Amino acid sequence: MLKYDIVVIGGGPAGLAAAISAKRRGAESIVVLERDKELGGILNQCIHNGFGLHTFQEELTGPEYAARYIEQLEEERIAYQLNTMVMEITPDKVVTAMNREAGMFEIQAKAVVLAMGCRERARGALNIPGYRPAGVYSAGTAQRLVNMEGYMPGREAVILGSGDIGLIMARRMTLEGAKVRAVVELLPYSGGLKRNIVQCLDDFGIPLKLSHTVVDIRGKERVEGVTIAQVGPDRRPIPGTEEHYSCDTLLLSCGLIPENELSRGLGVEISPITSGPLVNECLETNVDGVFACGNVLHVHDLVDFVSEEASAAGEHAAEYILGGAGRSGSQGREVPIEAVEGVRYTVPRTICPERMDEKHTVRFRVNDVYRDCYVSVYFNAKRVIHRKRPVMAPGEMEAVVLKKEQLAAFPELSQITVKVERQ
Amino acid sequence: MQVKELICIGCPLGCPLKVELEGGQVMGVTGNTCRRGDAYARKEVTNPTRIVTSSVAVEGGSLAVVSVKTREDIPKGKIFEIMEALKGVKVQAPIHIGDVVVQDVAGTGVDIIATKNVW
Repeated sequence: MLKYDIVVIGGGPAGLAAAISAKRRGAESIVVLERDKELGGILNQCIHNGFGLHTFQEELTGPEYAARYIEQLEEERIAYQLNTMVMEITPDKVVTAMNREAGMFEIQAKAVVLAMGCRERARGALNIPGYRPAGVYSAGTAQRLVNMEGYMPGREAVILGSGDIGLIMARRMTLEGAKVRAVVELLPYSGGLKRNIVQCLDDFGIPLKLSHTVVDIRGKERVEGVTIAQVGPDRRPIPGTEEHYSCDTLLLSCGLIPENELSRGLGVEISPITSGPLVNECLETNVDGVFACGNVLHVHDLVDFVSEEASAAGEHAAEYILGGAGRSGSQGREVPIEAVEGVRYTVPRTICPERMDEKHTVRFRVNDVYRDCYVSVYFNAKRVIHRKRPVMAPGEMEAVVLKKEQLAAFPELSQITVKVERQ
Repeated sequence: MQVKELICIGCPLGCPLKVELEGGQVMGVTGNTCRRGDAYARKEVTNPTRIVTSSVAVEGGSLAVVSVKTREDIPKGKIFEIMEALKGVKVQAPIHIGDVVVQDVAGTGVDIIATKNVW
């Protein structure tokens, strides 16, 4: 059996950053397993700009951002295998993978970094009535077809869902000469970043129909049109509000789901809110020596934050194999971080006041649009952070920073609570 | 005095900006949280610009197309002219990040450069 200290599952932005930082932290034997034919993951099809402002202080496209990390991986001489699909990971960290050259093979790892990313919610999960004609694509599939394979999926499109990929594809299809009739969003607010509404829809006069959904797909062989209708506060279509749009393509941008089949098989506890593993501040799951980062942990809006998070996961994985730090090697307490009143979840889910770094960024999402509200953090019943936020929306990840000294000054700390408050 | 409200596109924070205008002159920008936001607001109300990203065909490479961008931002009104100029452009693999694909695209004085390595 092959042996590596750290096996990184996935060669996208999370896997790359995790492997690089693990190496720099002192881990020698690392391998990255990637199922695609090249490293970089989804960044390869995200040819738009806006990546890297945080990490590199310049605005890069997805492939350029990926290339920066791929170069670092090569410089660090970290092993990787392409076209390699991981089939199973056991709780004692035997990774079963396969590719065309080696067939099926096993690797015994000391630590595993889960960095498999996420996938798109498909039509089957959306319950749209109608036939099953050609011309219905997930926005990401269309993105790959246009940007990497050089095909246009259609000439006249309606986009259901206003997630960032849908917005980006509305612009991309328009630039390539297609007519995007509308972006239709079930919720009363967009799930995408504000800047993408401005530069992808407003710039091109593409209407965003909030509180609307697709109620019928017409066409038997190929999409011929869709029917959209307004929805009420219960998110059900309002009879009489139907409008018909002729189009040959329907793109779906209706949410991303962390891809955790491998994690489940290995006994990792999954949050029902994020669909990602529950982790401590080392980004370690409930399975000793198994770490998670990037979109497999929780769906991010910004790759820069994926890289940051994954670097931390890689470092902790290296510390784990070098000195047994982490869940098993620490005597510290695990203080739970509870998300309540407007906060859907937090990552991490627990924090150890003794083991944590000087500062730790806790990331979270809110469950609705909030204006002129406060993000509050309580240590037991005492409010310790109270920060005003002009606008918060579910589509934009929020963060609070916890300081070690703050936690240390609270020896009886048994619970941290993050919530949204009106005042 | 006229006040224009904008959403900054300089980074994903999307700060809500207010630009005070007097006879076409920018008197002040508020709401930005960095210098980029101030610069964006001033440009957006006088001469809005964008980076254009797209892809062009590659021959003999591992991929059918290579992603490209304008090296700098270009006037917003030129976006479709640039897309038109990219139609039918073909490059030969190998091509590297930063290679010039089209010089001075659509008379903007800005080059189109590759954003991906294709072998």
